[in-house]
This record gives sequence, C-alpha cells and structure tokens, in this order.
Amino acid sequence: MGGKSDIQLIVNGKRTDGRGMEDLRDLRIEVGVLPEADGSSYVQWGGNKIVCGVYGPRECIPRHDASPYHALVKCRYMMSPFSSLEEHSRSGPSRRSNELSKVIREAFENLVIAEKFPNTQIDIYIDVLQADGGTRTASITAAAVALANAGIPMKDMVAAVAVGKAGETLALDLNKLEDNFGQSDMPIAISHRDRKILLVQMDGLLTKDQVIEALDMAERGCDKVHEVQADALKRFYEKGEKEKMQW
Amino acid sequence: MGEEVRDIIMSHIRRDVMGNTLSKGIRFDGRTFGQMRPVTVQRGVITTAEGSAIATIGDTTVLVANKFDVLKPFADRPKEGVLMTNAELLPSASARFEPGPPDENSIEMARVVDRAVRSAECVDVKSFFIEEDKVLGLYMDIYVMNDAGNYTDAASIAAAAALLDTRIPKVENAKIVRGEFTGPLNPKVLPVTTTMIKVGSSWLVDPSREEERVLETKMTIGTTEEHVCAMQKSKGSLSRDELLDLIDIAFKTGNDIRELLKRD
Repeated sequence: MGGKSDIQLIVNGKRTDGRGMEDLRDLRIEVGVLPEADGSSYVQWGGNKIVCGVYGPRECIPRHDASPYHALVKCRYMMSPFSSLEEHSRSGPSRRSNELSKVIREAFENLVIAEKFPNTQIDIYIDVLQADGGTRTASITAAAVALANAGIPMKDMVAAVAVGKAGETLALDLNKLEDNFGQSDMPIAISHRDRKILLVQMDGLLTKDQVIEALDMAERGCDKVHEVQADALKRFYEKGEKEKMQW
Repeated sequence: MGEEVRDIIMSHIRRDVMGNTLSKGIRFDGRTFGQMRPVTVQRGVITTAEGSAIATIGDTTVLVANKFDVLKPFADRPKEGVLMTNAELLPSASARFEPGPPDENSIEMARVVDRAVRSAECVDVKSFFIEEDKVLGLYMDIYVMNDAGNYTDAASIAAAAALLDTRIPKVENAKIVRGEFTGPLNPKVLPVTTTMIKVGSSWLVDPSREEERVLETKMTIGTTEEHVCAMQKSKGSLSRDELLDLIDIAFKTGNDIRELLKRD
C-alpha cells in the first residue's frame, strides 16, 4: 500500500483479473449459515470468505459496562492465521484487527436502534477465513445481513466497497494484488436510504477531485452490493427447506 | 465504555448547553468553528533519540521520539527500511487513561498518524537499505502526555516536527554508531492531520476535551500540500457534501501548520 508499483496493474484497460475499472468481483451472500447464532451470514467476495455471527440483545458482560439507556454494540473482527497466501500468522487480535473492529462497530452504531434494548449488548463476530483484499468492506456487508437475520431493528441497511488507485486510474473493489501494489485505497460504507457515509478510511495519495470520483464509484458499487444483500435475505426467507450450505 | 448514569445525564445537559451556544456561532473557549487553539512545537527534546519533538495544541501535549535500529526487512519489501509507529496514552495524561496495553483508541491514533506519514512518502525508506536482510528501522513513538482534547492532531504535528528533527545515524559493519550521523532525514513533504467533530449541526476544528465529550461525528483527514494522504471516520456518520467541505478545511488548516513547522 502506498508504495510505487513495480507490477503492471492495468493492461489495455483491463485489470489483472480481467475486470474493467468499475466491475465488482463475484459476490455471493448466504443467510443463516450458523444455526446457533441469532443471526448469521456468509460472504464470498472474490477470494474473500467471511463468516459473521450475531448474538443478542443479551446480557451485557461485564455488567458494569451496561448502559441503562441503550444496548452496547460490540464487534470483533478477526483474521484467521491461515487466511493469507503468505506464512501462517499469529492467532488472536492484532493492532490492525483492533482498529477494524472499532471502525466497523462505529459504522453499525449509527444503524442499530439501540435505545430499544437498555442494559444489553449486541455482539457482532466477524471471522475472515480467507482473505483477498477488501476484507473490512466485505465484513460490513456480511454483518449488515447477519444483523437483519438476527431481527435486530435497524434504521437502514449498509453496503461497503473499496475504491483505490490501481496504476494511475481509480478502480472499484480492489483485489489483494491491487491493494498491496496499488497507490491508494479508500474503503467506504454507505447507508442505503439516507446515503450517509458510515465508514471511510484512506491511505495513499488522492487529490480532492479523485476523492470525488472515488465517492461516485463507491456509491454505485454499494448499490450493486445492496442488491445482492437484499436478494440473499429474500431467498432465505422465501425458501422453506434448508439447502446444504456450499462453503 | 462503562458509562455512569451521572456521566450520561451530564453529557445530555452538556450537549444541550453546547448546542445552544454553538447555534449562536460561539465556542465555549471563544474560538471560531474553524480555529485551532494555539500551536507550539519544540524540537530536539530527547537527545537519546535520533529525532524528537513536543507539540502542544492548547494544553494538549504530545511527544514524538524517533529512534533507529537495524532490523530485518519485511519479506515482501526486502530492499526497504521499516517504519513502526506506536502510541501510548500515558495514565498521567488524563483521568480516563489507565495503565496497561494499548487500547483501541491509542492503536487507532497510532495507525492514523502512521498512515499519513507513510502515504505522504515523506520518509525515503529505500535509502534505509544496509545489506541483504538488514535495513534501518525507524521507531516512531508517540507519547500523549496531557490530553486536553484532540491528541491525534497534536501527535501528527509532533511527528512531522520530529521527522524534520531526525538525523540518519552512521552505520558501520551493519551496526549503528550511536551519536554519529550521516545527515538529516529531510522529509520531502509534511503530512498533517486535521480532526473535525460535529456537534448538533456545527463542524468544529480541533475539538477541546469538553467538545469531544459531546461529539456526534468525528473525522480525521491527513493532507500534504497537494494530496489527501489519510482519512479516518471514527464515531458517527456524515454526508458526501460534508466530507468534501471537510477536505477543504483540512487543506487550509494543514497548510497553516506546515507554515509554522517550516518557520520553527
């Protein structure tokens, strides 16, 4: 990230995986994949495989953290030690996963109608089984669906996607290679109805005009992701019989 | 977390009072919405480090010390030096900080400052190469010593000042010769973050601690002269138009700070 690229990321207007600049990778969402959880989802986005379980509202632990006014939204984002192509990494939380847990939680705090459940907590557990760039945006996309599946009242839905500079041009939904060797990365989460930015981060260098273009691309991307989310939820509640889950 | 009822009630009262005051265009400490508190920078405060600076914004005081070591490069960048940033919110800096390992707030702050410095490419990590499997590593340690609000921007100002203060140590037989230098680090550009919060319908630059307590949305934007080099939304949400306005404010505020850094 941020480094000058030694790898040719765009050749004849096509990206390394054959996509155009504004194409999403294949995105598949499944709902209710963890029957023990109150709500769950599975997102397969390019090479990303992410599973999300939601529990709650349930008793707040430790109890002295509880608020008499609203439920606490808690989030734990974690990468599995086998999730990258490189060496086996250390299990458990890292500085990166701590930060991502925080910003993902802060995205959902805007949506969950927490005032309905004082003295409780709502847990969002996100596990990245396989990573291929853009795991935070895929995680938000997954968590939104899992929260809906848990029946937790929300003001809106949210979808997320990253825009970045691969080579000299902006590209939607960066893959791992583009993320590592591209010039900048800007993950964005946008609420579907009131079009609020619930997560935005950026590294690398962009001019203001490029930020504007990136926001436009992200908005169109989020709309496409939202369709897949809505379709996944619809499919889950329409089909009576459970099919065998294909991971 | 751990909100006490008293705290919650107080924050509701505070938010109301502050909202009323802000709607008249006034901040509690008399500043305009876009105005920072006075900023000072002092370089070279730690002589055991290769570069250092203390920055203050109002009463907020942050120290950054840069220290070099010889390290193994990352496998995917074998020819490049390493930059590592860590932040400590010292328990003596505020009643709300506790001793212990870094919490999510200090991790986030360190990573945002790191992102701005790294993205701006102000440190030429390629020049840190020594030999196969050996490069210079730059540890950037951020110490928040007194938190009267907005320690992120104070840290980023101190970091930029410390980079200006940093000298590259002499290396002999793949070891650092302490106290001898080959020259200044000479950062090519100066990244500066600007933190803005929303209270009611007002956006405030450089929030005081009092203002932070009632913030609804918090956004930090790092800039260089020409580019946005880092962004981080923490609490809350914002619209696209708000974000674009904040970018303009961040460029303006960042340029003022860069002027000050070049002067001192």
